[in-house]
Amino acid sequence: MSKKSAWLLAVAAGGLIAAGCGSSSSSSGSTVGITPTSITFGTHQPLTGPAAPGYSEIAPASEAYFKWVNAHGGVYGRSINLIVKNDEYNPTETVNVVHQLVLQEHVFGIFEGLGTPTHTKVVGFLNAEKAPDLFVASGCPCWENGVEHPWTFGWQPNYTIEGKILGQYIDQHFAGKKVGVLYQDDDFGKGGLAGIKDEVPAKDIVSEQPYVPGTTTLAPQISAIKSAGAEILVDFTVPIYTAIGQLTSFTLSYHPQLMVSSVGIDPHTVASLLQTISKGKASGTGLIEGAIAIDYLPSATETSNPWIQLFMKIHNEYEPGTPFDGNTVYGMSTAYTLVQALKAAGKNLTREKIVKVIEEQGATWKGPGLVPFAYSKTDHAGYIGGEIGKIEGGKLVLTGPPLVTQPTAGTPITPYTTPQEPPPPDGIPTN
Amino acid sequence: MSGAEVAGKLQPTAVTRRGRLVNLRGFAGSLAIAVVALGLLIAVSYLVGEYRDEQLARGAFYFAAILGLTVVMGYGGKISLGHGALMAVGAYTVALLVADEHWPLAGAIAASAVVAAFVGLILGAAASRLHGPYLAGATLTFAVALPQLGNRFPETLGGENGLTINPPAPPGFLGANFPPERWYAWVAGIGAAVVLFFVLNFKRSVYGLLLRACRDDEVAAALAGIPVGRIQTFGFMVSAACAGVAGGLLTVVLQLAQPGAFPLELSLSLFAVAVIGGLGSLWGAVWGAALIVLLPNWSHDVANSLSLSGNVAYSMPLLIYGVLLTVAMLVWPSGIQGALRRVGRLGRRFASERLIRKQPLTEQGSS
Repeated sequence: MSKKSAWLLAVAAGGLIAAGCGSSSSSSGSTVGITPTSITFGTHQPLTGPAAPGYSEIAPASEAYFKWVNAHGGVYGRSINLIVKNDEYNPTETVNVVHQLVLQEHVFGIFEGLGTPTHTKVVGFLNAEKAPDLFVASGCPCWENGVEHPWTFGWQPNYTIEGKILGQYIDQHFAGKKVGVLYQDDDFGKGGLAGIKDEVPAKDIVSEQPYVPGTTTLAPQISAIKSAGAEILVDFTVPIYTAIGQLTSFTLSYHPQLMVSSVGIDPHTVASLLQTISKGKASGTGLIEGAIAIDYLPSATETSNPWIQLFMKIHNEYEPGTPFDGNTVYGMSTAYTLVQALKAAGKNLTREKIVKVIEEQGATWKGPGLVPFAYSKTDHAGYIGGEIGKIEGGKLVLTGPPLVTQPTAGTPITPYTTPQEPPPPDGIPTN
Repeated sequence: MSGAEVAGKLQPTAVTRRGRLVNLRGFAGSLAIAVVALGLLIAVSYLVGEYRDEQLARGAFYFAAILGLTVVMGYGGKISLGHGALMAVGAYTVALLVADEHWPLAGAIAASAVVAAFVGLILGAAASRLHGPYLAGATLTFAVALPQLGNRFPETLGGENGLTINPPAPPGFLGANFPPERWYAWVAGIGAAVVLFFVLNFKRSVYGLLLRACRDDEVAAALAGIPVGRIQTFGFMVSAACAGVAGGLLTVVLQLAQPGAFPLELSLSLFAVAVIGGLGSLWGAVWGAALIVLLPNWSHDVANSLSLSGNVAYSMPLLIYGVLLTVAMLVWPSGIQGALRRVGRLGRRFASERLIRKQPLTEQGSS
């Protein structure tokens, strides 16, 4: 670099510093992302990558529900916008897109950010920015401490709750049988495993095999579980690893009783994955037939349920041609809860207000869920239980009753007897 | 090239000046350049919003990594597709030292340079024996394999979840409302300025000269008594140290060291933008850093506006790098900076030709 250009640089730098002193920054207030006619949320979703199959349908389903609400006049005249960013289920990319959403797009908050390894990397940032971080799409206990993270709220049941309910089922129906656990090596898998261990005697758990998302084979894990003689295989897996695990078991002629957390069992998603991975050799849901599962929302194939009827109607109107499955039900149900919160927060919406109403009223909100929410000032956990079901004829059939419990070890599991209420006639919550 | 330029390059003083171990004027000069560059970054950080501040911070650490590639590829004439992995070494070093050992940031980042340089020593020892596609293959393997160590040792390195550090708070005198992103931009800027200072001096030092001599003709250099292998290994070490600092700064900016930050795409992108920006030139590294920060967002926007499907849309940045790389190789082998220089030269020639036309009596030979 010549002396002349160094001088030029210096002059330019001086000029910029002088200009910089004149400008003032920081305009973030509590009504960021709101106008009289709109409210904008952002979300990070795995639209590509290992978690994309199935999960990539969630945000479009939420958007479809918002379009339905917007077509009915929005919430207090505001239409709801959702900016969807792909983070590929890569935590580093999550940091990038969430910072972009909050700092550049100035969204009101983040809605249903998906994934445990991903969202844990932005919770600190969102709370420092005082941006509402609503209904994280993950059952990690990481979102539940309302004191530590006052702006973050979970939504789906804590994985330990699911693990406990599955564990109790093992204890009641398969007592004394050997249990093998295949789990994702992060807070999701470990949380589920903790729940199983809380209910199943330690001597019955003969093998615990972790896998890292992104891996292409589960042969070592499944072989280990098989050689340990497990008669029950419990999966805390995302759908693609449920599929890979079942294909591997099939090739190893290993046929245990499969049990899967709500995360990895949507039959439509797993079936299409099985078909893709096996290059068409395994079609349909044959390899997951008879699996025992858990869910906290009505099954997508339960067409007699008025909530499923409502969601199907919205789905056919706003996202025709895409599959209607558990992911669709999930996306619309979270969107429903968000609209409930926005309605409860009132016309003069602020970031502080929405957090306050979820803490104060969230536990009383009814919706598509089979069990209630836990929301309180200190507890930001969502659904507190689920219902056992079985894959029969390629459909998830819930056999009931809904069960509720707490993630802490030793707390009892009790039936929840309040029946589900039908949706409001126009499908928009009245609270 | 005009007569004056040729004469300038042949000036005997220029050669003797470069011969000294550390050139005093060069030393002061590179210090000035680094300080001015940092001043510029700080000034810009006041003008832009928080997200742009964060992009500045990213640009700063990518700049340091690309400078590392400048050393190994521009001065050393060796290819490296493994700099993403060297960044990972630096990133995990900082994460471990800050989170577990509670080192101060500056010390941890210095340590990241040392650790990465050591890894660079091993890589360089292999590199000095390999050429062309074999070297590319070896460094590529390194880029693929090394970040997976995080998953191999989940207890220490955190597996896919990675390691996190507490966000470094801006010092108190900047005020309570000082945006953290601006502070990260400054920290990354300081780190990058230090790297810039060292690379400028390295280039002017006797080792830089020897490295370039080995690049231009290994046989001639060996005949002149230069230990070619050792010099090239040393070049790799210097380059790795730059990448290590870049990785350490990444950990500071993202507060995260995680395998997903160092995919193969990162190594390939670094390589591509170093070449597209202009290898061996400092401005080239600036263009490269700008490209690697801005291009993914732009390409996502383009892909969205064309409503391409997800998988196509998210492969766009690499596709664009590939196309740009091919075009650059065919049209401007010296990258954006080379093209800008050529445009500048054409402009000057155009100006001087107009001058000549006004003074028709003199006859000048200009090629």
